[in-house]
Amino acid sequence: MSSTEKIIIKLKKEIINATLINGEGHIPSAFSILDILWVLYDKILDITPQNFDSIDRNHFILSKGHGSLGLYAVLSEKGFFDKTELNNFTKFDSFLGGHPDSNKVPGVEASTGSLGHGLPMAIGMAFAVRIRKIDKRIYVIVGDGECNEGSIWESALLASHHKLDNLTCIVDYNHSTDRALLLGDLSEKFASFGWHTITINGHNHKELLDSLKIISKSKPVLIIAETIKGKGVSVMENNPAWHHRGPTQEEVLKMLEELK
Amino acid sequence: MRKQFVRTIETVMETDTNLVVLLGDIGVFGFRNVFAKYPERVFNIGICEQATTSLASGLAKMQLIPVFHSIGPFVVERAYEQLKDDFGYQKLSGNFVSVGASYDYSGLGCTHHYPGDISLMKTIPGMNVIVPGSDNDFDKLFKSVYNGPNPNYFRLTEKGHSLNISVTFGRCSIIKDGSDGIVIAIGPMLENVINACKNLDVSILYYTTLSPFDSQSLREAAKKKKIAIVEPFYEGTMAYDILSSFSGESINLISIGVPRKFLTNYGKATEQDSYCELDVLGIKLRLEEFFNGKN
Repeated sequence: MSSTEKIIIKLKKEIINATLINGEGHIPSAFSILDILWVLYDKILDITPQNFDSIDRNHFILSKGHGSLGLYAVLSEKGFFDKTELNNFTKFDSFLGGHPDSNKVPGVEASTGSLGHGLPMAIGMAFAVRIRKIDKRIYVIVGDGECNEGSIWESALLASHHKLDNLTCIVDYNHSTDRALLLGDLSEKFASFGWHTITINGHNHKELLDSLKIISKSKPVLIIAETIKGKGVSVMENNPAWHHRGPTQEEVLKMLEELK
Repeated sequence: MRKQFVRTIETVMETDTNLVVLLGDIGVFGFRNVFAKYPERVFNIGICEQATTSLASGLAKMQLIPVFHSIGPFVVERAYEQLKDDFGYQKLSGNFVSVGASYDYSGLGCTHHYPGDISLMKTIPGMNVIVPGSDNDFDKLFKSVYNGPNPNYFRLTEKGHSLNISVTFGRCSIIKDGSDGIVIAIGPMLENVINACKNLDVSILYYTTLSPFDSQSLREAAKKKKIAIVEPFYEGTMAYDILSSFSGESINLISIGVPRKFLTNYGKATEQDSYCELDVLGIKLRLEEFFNGKN
């Protein structure tokens, strides 16, 4: 097993353990984006606890805020706050909530939770680095269900019209809302809006790394990351019953066993 | 007031390179000189208020100062959750300037009226809510808060009053001292209120900042706890602020404002004023009944 694989498994265990305390969950969403987050923070983003207060760096927004545990696990791994804080997840006075709060959590750029806010916020930041003539990139993760929101499609128009080639949007395409509203060919749709699009396996670190490095002249980049909700835990994988709930002690033991 | 808005923005942009203007495809002609001078900081962003409001918060995160301008319902109501989450909850600074209050676009019908905006904006903790009554008011108030720590909402009316009053953010101005009670005039209502009070011995307090509300001045002016408020939006909107200023004491209060129903007639804003009894005569009758009547 590679060192990266080991870290991903370690983070998954931390995430499962964190949900035990208060029973708040969204574990499958966290697992769905964990590989994306890790590659971003480990290889792409130049964001550190030391430079976080500066605007002269890359910026990242988790638009689908319910994947917060994934973000918390990665941020703590990267030294933004102590690992032990994960065990306070959603306690009354914890700074780690079910959705991330940028006024509380070190390293969190935006308070999200309501869907369809993070992408246009990232567009504002992409405008800002252009106005300020800073050569930095803005990254944002949205969910496929989130792509039901009208503000996503307003944003698709805006980013393309203003030729925001300093913006990369990653769609965590875990097909969770196919049961509600089918998105059809997302790549074709965004391409027709004027974006550079690429579809990858969202759990393959090489494909993630290569696609996150793409810069397309005059075009924003859309990475469609095909992912599995609850990746790595068979009982959870693509099982909507697990979307929000936290596991019992017994279930946790089984999950940890499966992750080895 | 729209022309003053353009003049004020143009002046501020000369010295403040952080100001970024987002127009919801209105006022583009009015802003033509600003577009020519600062093409990199003025955008006709289109008719997409939800994305625009979130986008503005992204600018604010990067220490720029956004100003978003559109017709009232589309600034306040269309993207209300974006204002609440992205500016209120995130504690970001930004400026939202609506035009057409409450029914300047009377002939366009109810979709373009917004007598409910102040209630909504006051509900967002930290949101400064400002209702200028004149061009001077807007210029002074905008310049004093636009780059402060809070988000600001400015409610512009096509036609303000023509009086020259000294206004300060967060404070009311005392226009007249009287002994039978207090009449509170909000923003553009001031001139009508002064004219309606000619036969009354009342104090007149002029409010342009509605949130935070200047409770202290109201308490100090209230020799008699008999208060009438004339508000150019839904009647009763400011009732909580007035009542809580006296924390449990009993006061006698009436609100003269826009009735809480859809105004489905068209015509001119002045005709709506008469229909809502917010013209001088309507206000005068209500006030005289309140202060001179038996209650």
